[in-house]
Amino acid sequence: MSQFVYLSFDGLSRGAVYAAFALALVLIWRAARIVNFAQGAMAVAAVYAAYSVTAATGSYWLGFVVAIVAGLVLGVTVERVVMRFVDHSSPLNGVVVALGLVLVIQGVLGIVYGNEFRPVPTPFSRDAFEVGGVALLSRYDVFVFAAVGAVVLALTLLFTRTNVGLRMRAAAFAPDVSRLLGVPVGGMLTLGWALAAAAGSLAGILVIPTELGLHPTAMDGVFVAAFTAAVVGGLDSPIGAVAGGLVVGLLLSYVSGYLGATVAPMAVLLLLVVVLLGRPGGLFSTTTARTA
Amino acid sequence: MTRPSVRESRDAASDVPRGERPRSLRRLAPPAMILAGALVIVGLSFLLPPFRNYQLATVGAYFCVTGGLTVLTGLNGQLSLGHGALMATGAYTFALAQNRWLSLPVSLVAAIVVTTVAGLVIGLAAARLRGPYLAGLTLAVAVVVPSVTSTFDEIFNSDQGLSVALDPPPGTIPVEQWQAWLCWAGALLSTSLLAVLVRGRFGRDLRAVRDDETAARLAGVDVARTQVAAFVVSAACAGLSGALFAVLAQSVSPGAFPLTLSLFLLMAIVIGGLGSLAGALGGAFLLVALPTLAQAVAEGTGSPRLEGNLALVIFGVVLVVVMLAAPGGLASIRFRRRRTS
Repeated sequence: MSQFVYLSFDGLSRGAVYAAFALALVLIWRAARIVNFAQGAMAVAAVYAAYSVTAATGSYWLGFVVAIVAGLVLGVTVERVVMRFVDHSSPLNGVVVALGLVLVIQGVLGIVYGNEFRPVPTPFSRDAFEVGGVALLSRYDVFVFAAVGAVVLALTLLFTRTNVGLRMRAAAFAPDVSRLLGVPVGGMLTLGWALAAAAGSLAGILVIPTELGLHPTAMDGVFVAAFTAAVVGGLDSPIGAVAGGLVVGLLLSYVSGYLGATVAPMAVLLLLVVVLLGRPGGLFSTTTARTA
Repeated sequence: MTRPSVRESRDAASDVPRGERPRSLRRLAPPAMILAGALVIVGLSFLLPPFRNYQLATVGAYFCVTGGLTVLTGLNGQLSLGHGALMATGAYTFALAQNRWLSLPVSLVAAIVVTTVAGLVIGLAAARLRGPYLAGLTLAVAVVVPSVTSTFDEIFNSDQGLSVALDPPPGTIPVEQWQAWLCWAGALLSTSLLAVLVRGRFGRDLRAVRDDETAARLAGVDVARTQVAAFVVSAACAGLSGALFAVLAQSVSPGAFPLTLSLFLLMAIVIGGLGSLAGALGGAFLLVALPTLAQAVAEGTGSPRLEGNLALVIFGVVLVVVMLAAPGGLASIRFRRRRTS
């Protein structure tokens, strides 16, 4: 029982990270109808930037800020320099270009930093609190919940309560009409990419210290888990992405805890297959038909 | 590229094949192609030094899988990032069969059969998925390989992998030369079969489904069955290719089939020109030539970090530039120009 409780909290903590990352995928999907397969590599690049700053200044928090800013900058760059020019006649094109970006980013990171795993510090202890002899969650887990919660709240407020959010939704929903009404559609798209990449970077800097360490391919597994989370929730639904992230986090935690860590990727694959074949729109999808 | 009209795609096999096939394939009948190819390879293998022969063999092994993948992605429009995993399936099956029976033909057939079945399973799921969903699913398949080998480590020996028992080549043939012959025999046979397949009705069905599923269905093409068939054919090629890589390396391990391999394969067929077997050959050549070139540069500059990584950057940049400049790939530009001139 105590193991179950511990695994549940561990799963929710992982799930929060997957939720943030899935949210990044959903943001771009809603804005541009592209699943950003380069999201993982972009996040790793942002974490490497943070790593350099932390190593130079000794401050985790400065590195944390740099990761988010690097995410914003990368998002803008990728959208303005590459994705804007992708031919959208076939959904294949966007995917293939993003995969090309993965190769570029991973190659550049390997050249600059080398291909060894680097340990990344956490700002808080990862030792779990114990309540009545049952290990619950660590200070770091609390930090993860707070950070992801803040991002989800901020994005929700942005999209539902502000003018910019309204314009972003309009630009994604009806680009031509929005343009006629004076919404800078291209700018909104760039903003969407920037926000998504920043959310992805946040997920990266939260999850990488808890795994093997920093490596150009460190986010490949996280990407698959987060993609699964986004599909479980429905690629169109931000709330679904958060819920899907928690579901995938819990699943991974239980499977790793009871069956062994090596089984976890297979469990993700199985979940993805089941959801895609059973309910391809996702459990939280509001749209009735999948068009792409 | 001209779209095959629906009527054309439903015509009996008697009509003259035309459309976007490269001219070399249209001119030469497959038996003649095999013969010519075999002559070139055998001749080359006597001229080249051992290491070049090994590289020649690697090109052949890559050609098997890029040929299959270009039929799937180029002609049928299904994107697969899982072909690295399918190659791993072929390689591991080959290794297990070879270590038990030590018979090359039996092991090769076993590798192809098992991978074909794996391809059938993935293909059945893939036929219901489109675009990014399919890419995500096959990506998950590619990432799961090390997990499978570690979980069932009494069979696959986790990260260390298996060594492959191989008979020495017959007579006094050097090993590298024998490998080149073997790989190219596989490559020429599989790609000729592909060439025959895509020439006929199956090929027209593939293109019809890719260009417009609704129109294809209205014209009586069984869309799902065509897509599954494309996946199965392509998987069989990947299995053969994986087995040939096991022969080349004389070992198999999950590290030999990373996600990057699947991305490289995709890059190769895109740059070669999606949907043309000649382009697949060019892509296979690039897969061997570019890393060699990058390695030479890395050694020249004396920076160990460039090794391997430089190839990644070059591949990635070329892939992005080609996709932005011409979604059909370089070969499509070339063929289009030739046609209009």
